[in-house]
Amino acid sequence: MRQMLSVVTVLVLLNGCGKAGVPAPTSMPTAGPTETPVQARTVRLMTHDSFEISEAVLAAFEQQHHAKVEILEAGDAGVMLNQAILSKDNPLADVLYGVDNTLLSRALHADILEPYASPLLAEIPDHLELDPQHRALPVDYGDVCLNYDKRWFADHGLAPPTHLEDLIKPAYRGLTVVEDAASSSPGLAFLLATVGYFGETGDNNFLAYWAKLRDNGVLVASDWETAYWTHFTYGSKGEGDRPIVVSYASSPPVEVYFSEEPFEEAPTGVVVGDGSCFRQIEFVGILKGTPNRDLATAWVDFMLGKTFQEDIPLHMFMFPANRNAQLPEVFARFAIIPERPAEVDYEVIEARREKWVEAWTEVVLR
Amino acid sequence: MQGAGRIQGAGRRQGAGLRIQDVPGHVLRSALVILPGSFLLVFYFYPLLTILMTSFAPTGRFGLEVVAQLLFTSYYPRIIGFTFWQAALSTLLTVALALPGAYVFARYTFPARSLVQALTTIPFVLPTVVVALAFTALVGPRGALNLALMRLLKLTSPPLNLQYSLALILLAHVFYNYTLVLRIVGNYWANLDPGLEEAARVLGASRLRAFVEVTLPLLVPALGAAALLVFTFCFTSFGVILMLGGPRFVTLEVEIYRQTVHYLNLPLAAALSVVQMMFPLALVGLYTRLQTRLTLPLELRPRHVTQQRARSLYQRFLVWGSVAFMLALLVTPLAALVERSFTLGAQAGQAVPSLYFYRQLFENPRRSAFYVPPIAAIRNSVGFALATVVLAVTLGLMAATVLASQAAGLRGLVRWLDPLLMLPLGTSAVTLGLGYILALDEPPLNLRTSPLLVVLAHSLVALPFVVRSVLPALRSINPRLREAAAILGASPWRVWWEIDLPIVARAVLVGAVFAFTISLGEFGATSLIARPERPTLPVAIYRFLSRPGITNYGQALAMSTLLMAVCTLGFLVMERFRVRGVGEF
Repeated sequence: MRQMLSVVTVLVLLNGCGKAGVPAPTSMPTAGPTETPVQARTVRLMTHDSFEISEAVLAAFEQQHHAKVEILEAGDAGVMLNQAILSKDNPLADVLYGVDNTLLSRALHADILEPYASPLLAEIPDHLELDPQHRALPVDYGDVCLNYDKRWFADHGLAPPTHLEDLIKPAYRGLTVVEDAASSSPGLAFLLATVGYFGETGDNNFLAYWAKLRDNGVLVASDWETAYWTHFTYGSKGEGDRPIVVSYASSPPVEVYFSEEPFEEAPTGVVVGDGSCFRQIEFVGILKGTPNRDLATAWVDFMLGKTFQEDIPLHMFMFPANRNAQLPEVFARFAIIPERPAEVDYEVIEARREKWVEAWTEVVLR
Repeated sequence: MQGAGRIQGAGRRQGAGLRIQDVPGHVLRSALVILPGSFLLVFYFYPLLTILMTSFAPTGRFGLEVVAQLLFTSYYPRIIGFTFWQAALSTLLTVALALPGAYVFARYTFPARSLVQALTTIPFVLPTVVVALAFTALVGPRGALNLALMRLLKLTSPPLNLQYSLALILLAHVFYNYTLVLRIVGNYWANLDPGLEEAARVLGASRLRAFVEVTLPLLVPALGAAALLVFTFCFTSFGVILMLGGPRFVTLEVEIYRQTVHYLNLPLAAALSVVQMMFPLALVGLYTRLQTRLTLPLELRPRHVTQQRARSLYQRFLVWGSVAFMLALLVTPLAALVERSFTLGAQAGQAVPSLYFYRQLFENPRRSAFYVPPIAAIRNSVGFALATVVLAVTLGLMAATVLASQAAGLRGLVRWLDPLLMLPLGTSAVTLGLGYILALDEPPLNLRTSPLLVVLAHSLVALPFVVRSVLPALRSINPRLREAAAILGASPWRVWWEIDLPIVARAVLVGAVFAFTISLGEFGATSLIARPERPTLPVAIYRFLSRPGITNYGQALAMSTLLMAVCTLGFLVMERFRVRGVGEF
């Protein structure tokens, strides 16, 4: 029975903690019946587990709108979107951030977002805006590209790759590690790059390319973490044996930023040849049926505004969508943005993704 | 009111309030059934059924085409076959490798015994991505083992190629689950009367024959319990398959995840989830039938009678050989991680070894709003883990008491309850997670964003471990002991407190250790519903590993080392913990 009591105590305590996470509304003394009490309201943001923001930026919004931002990180982008779709009748949040162009079509078809034509869209380039009804507004973008270990190529007297075609040359045999397109988001993005670049038809279609890549000893890891930290020669500090990895165009500046020794140039390079990268664009949208539409729109505007946009690179390692946002020095100096990433329509992605992934699995893994 | 008065009046001491021993037996017994039962009902069956209904509903006709897809394509039967095959192999291998260790822990006392036991349990809490790093460091193409072999044999290419092989999956499953067999079987074995085997030896049986014909049959309940847990764990394996087996290997859990997350094909995912649950369910059903037939009430012996120091050369060889094997198998990968958390900075021009990454943990140079000081992450993790221990041990002890009960009215219930208690372990985490989101969305159960949900989810997984740890011990108690106590006038409560509890106290401790570790290491459920301001240690580790840069890598290793330290410390403290007033057995 004593144990029983302690269970109850713990539960009560925990419950208390849970509530403590959301500060009690601070009610101001009301002067008379005509004055409505001013309360700190809450805007709930549902996002993926890579979301990050700096304290000062978050505080700026909270002070300006006298509101509290409650952030719910609901797994990776796919898990998050599915949770949002399943909880459509009783939404978990007011705003959804982090759906990208590989998932956009699913979000739009599930009809979980409300249109909002933010005035700040004027500061965002048109090519990032995919939904003409403004249900999903572009916040940031980043390119999934091949990275290579500069020192490894220098030591081996081999020229680093510049195009997708290089990877199937005999000289590059057994040098590449990619992620599983069926379970990893950069893995899928890189598959989409090859779909966009080689196309689905003809003798030289994307599957023919993958068959050659397989013959040339490509290694498939299940996720980015395993590929980068255990197989990539640079990430694994020499324990891995693959000097080419599928990562992001922003990885080299991030390597520089999170290193101890000052770098004159980034230790890793990016393959930016035409069509060799896939651009992921991340969107924000207001979840249908929010009781806090005004605050939700304020938050969306805030995310598209300069303060938040300039916070993005060093917290989420993506590039701001707003053209007026300045890049931090490490990005300005070390980042490369590919000029012509591969293009695949987001509607087509959702419609054919399963087919592509299955065909890819068949060619590369079985 | 009247009833309460009656109960109070029955108290022997004047002025005593409502005391537990005064509560009538049937009230206690119903509480024993109702509490764990309603916990399962509300936090397992209700969310599970909600998600299954939602998943099957859109197709209306209960997804006939899905069933056809499952049965008539070669893909899914192959996945089911592989899932079963790798789980069965992993279980056999784990049991075979851990049995000698269990024997040594059951029969011998030796220096640093608690520490060795604590170390063998650490793998259980480590996130798979970290284990993958450790394994690559040791057995990867440029890992320590291959480099040493290449130097030794003067080879130009690595001789061991374990990368993305079934062998690596099996090795990792043994690495994770060894402790289950070691603790559950070793603990049960420790109270078996060594006289039985000695008698067989005196009568001329060889060592092997005495073991196979006398000891092994007596161990069956504990062996079965441990094997069931290992099998179910490997059957639903996800991270190990993906990260160490590589994308060529697909288990049911992996496929359920893909169908749910990538294709949002809920009918198929739900059908696969149901298939996945069937296997552990059927096995537990089978086991329960065997169990009731095989379990004999035993004359259990206290440890000071059954355990001795290793004296002869043979005994010493046995003890230290087993310990060396355990350390090599379980501790070297951990040591590789710890070592690296200090020396990784060498490349970054740091003095070696250095605390650089540990110091970094305490800094927040980017002023991130989600920065969590390591102390806070430890506090979160330990807080969740302790709450899980309390909840899971209480409910598990109740459920086990019901299951062990010989009361005629309960027999039928036991046959049902036992497999049902195991079911959460065989359930796909992503399926159940979505079930929570759907089902627990209305007051008073609006728990979707509450930290309480983390404790509930952890307890659900921990519950079968507590039950399986305690049940063999409870069942082996000779009913004559209880009868004797009852005849002498002890209330059912008193009988339980004086007879059952002292005998099972050790087993409860084993269950508590598992509940603690499960909660400490759990990542999936925690990440599904995480509030970034309250991350646990594994969540923090993943956060570091999700971006490039050596300081992130180093900090992830430092955080992993902290996780191991917290875990070891927790075990050592729990080993010292004794329920007051309960005799040591």
